[in-house]
Amino acid sequence: MSSLAISVRDLSKKYGDRMAVSHINFDVPLGAVCGFVGPNGSGKTTTMRMLLGLISHTGGSGQVLDSSIDEPEKYLSQVGAMIEGPAFYPPLTGAENLKVLATLGGFPIDRVQTLLNQVGLGDRAKSKYKTYSLGMKQRLGIAAALLPNPKLLMLDEPTNGLDPEGIQEVRALLRSLADNGTTVFVSSHLLSELEIISDYLVMLRKGEVVFAGKIEELLLAQQHVIIAKGQNHADLEKILSIATSMGHSATIRNNEVHVHADADWASTLNRAAFDAGITLTQLTPQLPNLEETFFEMTGDK
Amino acid sequence: MFRVVLAELRKLRRPTLVLGTLGAALFFAALVTSFLFLLIDDPNGNGDRGRQIGREVLSLASGSVTGFSSVGGLLGLIALCVFAAQTAQEYTYGTLRNLLVRQSGRLRILGGKLIANAIFATIMVLFSAAVSIGISVALAPRAKVPTDLWFTSDGWSAIIHTIINVMIAVIGFGIFGMALGLLLRSPISAISVGVLWMLIIENLLGAVKESALKWLPGSQLNTIAIGGSETISYSHAMQVGGAYVIGISIIAAVLFSRRDVAN
Repeated sequence: MSSLAISVRDLSKKYGDRMAVSHINFDVPLGAVCGFVGPNGSGKTTTMRMLLGLISHTGGSGQVLDSSIDEPEKYLSQVGAMIEGPAFYPPLTGAENLKVLATLGGFPIDRVQTLLNQVGLGDRAKSKYKTYSLGMKQRLGIAAALLPNPKLLMLDEPTNGLDPEGIQEVRALLRSLADNGTTVFVSSHLLSELEIISDYLVMLRKGEVVFAGKIEELLLAQQHVIIAKGQNHADLEKILSIATSMGHSATIRNNEVHVHADADWASTLNRAAFDAGITLTQLTPQLPNLEETFFEMTGDK
Repeated sequence: MFRVVLAELRKLRRPTLVLGTLGAALFFAALVTSFLFLLIDDPNGNGDRGRQIGREVLSLASGSVTGFSSVGGLLGLIALCVFAAQTAQEYTYGTLRNLLVRQSGRLRILGGKLIANAIFATIMVLFSAAVSIGISVALAPRAKVPTDLWFTSDGWSAIIHTIINVMIAVIGFGIFGMALGLLLRSPISAISVGVLWMLIIENLLGAVKESALKWLPGSQLNTIAIGGSETISYSHAMQVGGAYVIGISIIAAVLFSRRDVAN
């Protein structure tokens, strides 16, 4: 038994002349929460579909829970998944929809109500799916993914349509599942959420992996950013020009100048700004967060 | 496969689908059977395409199910619509990916779906048979049709044979619907193409060249339902219709098992 929940080597998918996923390699350790990020069209959903045996791969190989992705029947009974949003039968109730899947998978039917309660849909179990709000549909999708009491949970944008409270609940749910040994492989555009809950990260760009590993390694490898702001808006351009003239790359973002430099260079910038007649109202050295790193690495500003 | 059948039956037993389908089936069974007896002396005919079915035919041992066998083709069209919708909706709702994650054996999914839909169709056929025979019994005295032979051993044998034939035809139509659902991946397209072909195109082709009907799928299935006709024998209809059903089933199964599920 290996210590990996997912392992892919040179995995590729080609549609016609277009490589949707190109020779990607990454591992997800058992019991980890692994974020799966990338701009739209970068190949996240295609990769998840290949891992679930929904689409064939055109190259490379993959293992899920120690079985080849060519034999999904060997591992799918231990995998819960919600890909590309929830998909259910509109005329059936939430409970009936889950019962269809529970019957199909051979899971106990009495688990349905427990899961509906767990995702906060206990009192709407008998309402038809077509009457659910987007957030409720999303919760039902998560409940469906939890039906097999999964060893590996694969979720594609699970927080879409959820309100802040719902997002927080999903975050807590995923963390508690991971604490109980479930591996969670989750894609999301809410990078700040992923930064909070993920141990590992796989970052895709145009079908290729640009980073795969521990999230702290990614952030530590990034250069510090000094965020500076003057009293006037016109000061931003001057601060930018001071930083670049001293050999540091800098950009203006959200009415702040982001200078790529080590933290101790902040005092030099402060002095130079003072000499140029600028009073800085903000001077904050910080490590870039996941969102900034994502933009940096994917070039998706 | 058993779990797939049970899961499919959960979807099929919803009241609107059951009541809607049974309502349509019973309506056609009642309508066709009623016309058969109420218009028995009408010069424009009382059967399919103005055929005249007289008292001497209706008083035979098979008289109780003459009306029911005539409605077989319409029940088949209902089955085609149900099978097509139940199959194609998995693509339009995006639920196929859920099914395949819970049961990755694609042919098992397909087989389970077919069995569950066939059970549903069988229930529809049995109810329709009961209604049609009931109406026949009720209207026979008014139409002055003797019913002495209807419930003899030959009569019961005719009832069982007709029900089996209609069931074969209805499931054959259903398999066509299912295959169209898999090929076209849209309930509306699958039902439109299926009904258009069976109701209009085959009839047009038959009107242009009557011998063509001997080789068209819908015509064979209709012939099976009525247990053979003057122009197409039962065994010919079984062979040609069976070949069509097997052929389209193989194409659909191969496509379904190999095609990427990308929606």
